[in-house]
Amino acid sequence: MDVLTLSRFQFALTVGFHYLYPPLSIGLGVMLVLMEGLWLKTNRPVYHQMARFWTKVFALTFAIGVATGIVMEFEFGTNWATYSRYVGDVFGSALAAEGIFAFFLESGFLALLLFGWNRVSRGMHFFATCMVCLGAHFSAVWIVVANSWMQTPAGYHLVTRDGVTRAEITNFWELVFNPSTVDRLTHTVGGAWSSAAFLVVSVSAWYLLRRKHLEFARASLKVGLSMALVASLLQAVTGHFSAQGVAKNQPAKLAAFEGLYPTTSNAPLTVVGWVDETHERVVGLQIPNLLSFLAHDNFHAPVTGLNEFKPEDRPPVQASFMLFHGMVGLGCAMMVIAALGFLYFRHGSLHERRWLLWILVFSVLLPQLANQCGWFAAEVGRQPWIVYKLLRTSEALSAMVKANVVLTSIILFSLIYLLLFAVFLYLLNDKIQHGPDEADLTPSGKLALPRREQPAH
Amino acid sequence: MNFGSLDLNAIWFVLIGVLFVGYAMLDGFDLGIGALHLFTDTDDERRVMLNAIGPVWDGNEVWLVTGGGALFAAFPNVYATVFSGFYLAFTLLLVALIFRAVAIEFRSKQPMRWWRQMWDVAFCVSSLLSSLLIGVAMGNIAWGIPVDAHGEFAGTFLGLLHPYALLLGVTTVALFMMHGALYGVLKTDGALHDKLRGWVNNCIIFFIICYAATTMATLLYLPHMAARMRANPWLFSIALVNMLAVANIPREIHHGRDWRAFLSSCLAMLALMGLFGLEMFPNLVFSNPAPEHSLTIYNAASSPKTLGIMLTIALIGVPIVLAYTISIYWIFRGKVKLDKTSY
Repeated sequence: MDVLTLSRFQFALTVGFHYLYPPLSIGLGVMLVLMEGLWLKTNRPVYHQMARFWTKVFALTFAIGVATGIVMEFEFGTNWATYSRYVGDVFGSALAAEGIFAFFLESGFLALLLFGWNRVSRGMHFFATCMVCLGAHFSAVWIVVANSWMQTPAGYHLVTRDGVTRAEITNFWELVFNPSTVDRLTHTVGGAWSSAAFLVVSVSAWYLLRRKHLEFARASLKVGLSMALVASLLQAVTGHFSAQGVAKNQPAKLAAFEGLYPTTSNAPLTVVGWVDETHERVVGLQIPNLLSFLAHDNFHAPVTGLNEFKPEDRPPVQASFMLFHGMVGLGCAMMVIAALGFLYFRHGSLHERRWLLWILVFSVLLPQLANQCGWFAAEVGRQPWIVYKLLRTSEALSAMVKANVVLTSIILFSLIYLLLFAVFLYLLNDKIQHGPDEADLTPSGKLALPRREQPAH
Repeated sequence: MNFGSLDLNAIWFVLIGVLFVGYAMLDGFDLGIGALHLFTDTDDERRVMLNAIGPVWDGNEVWLVTGGGALFAAFPNVYATVFSGFYLAFTLLLVALIFRAVAIEFRSKQPMRWWRQMWDVAFCVSSLLSSLLIGVAMGNIAWGIPVDAHGEFAGTFLGLLHPYALLLGVTTVALFMMHGALYGVLKTDGALHDKLRGWVNNCIIFFIICYAATTMATLLYLPHMAARMRANPWLFSIALVNMLAVANIPREIHHGRDWRAFLSSCLAMLALMGLFGLEMFPNLVFSNPAPEHSLTIYNAASSPKTLGIMLTIALIGVPIVLAYTISIYWIFRGKVKLDKTSY
């Protein structure tokens, strides 16, 4: 295989594996803030027990997220040296800001979150938890800013020196708020919240099925299901605005998402189906006029098709279509599941509906799959460009790197990631089987409840 | 913000140097503790070693991540050339850093003997390998690497493993082991403390031998790494500070002033990096052979606009980072006590 295919495969592998973990850290960050906040507000020990249990899970996901995250930073230089030279001037500010504002904040206060329970007051610990959560969100902000700039470049101009062209920054805020940043950021963060919410829901539903840790499970379900519902509804809204942005800024990508070849007025939306690439059409269940309406707020508006683009400027159609529809389908399923779970929970009959509890147990996989589909759709749909309409992926490689070297690193990373994944599942399962610590129901030392005067009898 | 006629390129040369010195001072002791980890005997001793760095190693590693990010942003051509040129070396460094991180996190999660031994070995080997590779990379930057007219690396992986680079690799291992032992002395008490105190002396001897060898080799084989000092004899004062700081470490340890020994070690690192930076300036990658292809802070830099934006970001961010980093070290001051949140 050639260096291009191998390098793309390597990046896909490493980023795909990495992206299992940061969404969990971001989402669990919010969950921990909620749980610890509820503990401070109500003084109910079960919230303390929840915060302690989910902190342990957070530590596990965070460690693997950090360990696998540096890989991508290095890969920009090792495999994509031409790309690094091309975008360094623009992109660098965002990455440097990520280091200064996000990573330091996250890792610094992580020390207090994990090890500070008996060293600082409850209020200070809560503050540290909030900072870790904020840091995790900041890292999402800056990395999505950088990636959005690759989708919809703004705030730059091209400069050629000694025959080498690169993008240079003209306006920092135009770069930060490029046309797709806000839509993609909210959608990414929503996905992260979903992944953590469904993890909490899944583990709690499992405890209900096993009739263990019932008080813990109910309280966790309350927080988890509320968040799952909010996040999955949010995903529908942010997803809609994201797709409208794609229709406007990256029409070739939207056409590939929907397998649309001729530019079409009254364009239909495909619910399920596949692309027949030889006959350039979509086979499947379609709703008339809906694509026009969703993309342009008008049932009759023309939607740009792939035929407007030269064949060498089109993304892979079938893959884009499948990944995008996979993501949308999973998103709808999550909405239904979260709504059902929430309604029955409010009704007080969730524990009797074992079929639903089983669905909730397995629902943890849906947001993870949807996150992967979404990212791959966004990146595959941008092809053949690495920076949209500026630099082709095939022109972005390191000039000096040989295929066998890349292959070696792929084999190495595959083996290591398999090992890490196996150990992660083993330890996560172990924590879940072990369950929350009963001793956490009676916080001691600095965590003890504020002493109240007992009324005399 | 408008920085007028300031030489932003030179400022970023210094700032990236500061980030890497910060990394060496902080993660240096984490890697040193890791390198010494297998010399301890009991499970409790190993847990104390891990928890000595437990709350801080992660934040310390961020200095490297941010240093890398700043290098990418300020000098993208250097980033591209060095990272693609040192491909396998950096892949190995990544593997080592991954294993270091997960070994710390996973080790004490299970009680089985084989489990703990496996991650103990992973922690130690990955710490040693990280230190060695960082040193080898520094050695190559000092020695110079072959660069072609397009600014691309023109050498091979094995070509990076020449004796001078390996010597600097071993010196870095020795430096971090000494630094780690000094930090360990600060964070432990009882039998382990006495044991570490004994190791400090061995580590110092190991380091001083390597240090002397590296200094000789540099003066003999790398005239360009001493040229500025020959031209400006007053710069020799920095070398003097460096030597005095190194010599001061055994003295302070002998008198039982552990904190001052640790700070002396930090000062030695600062002076070493200072010398390194002074002799490199304004080169970032010295091209050997064909010095005319060297990548400098001017021909490899981002635009003044970007450097200015980054300086603004740094001026806002760095004071905040320093404030809470110091607070966190303060909160976790004192000897390690194991409890149920410990690794």
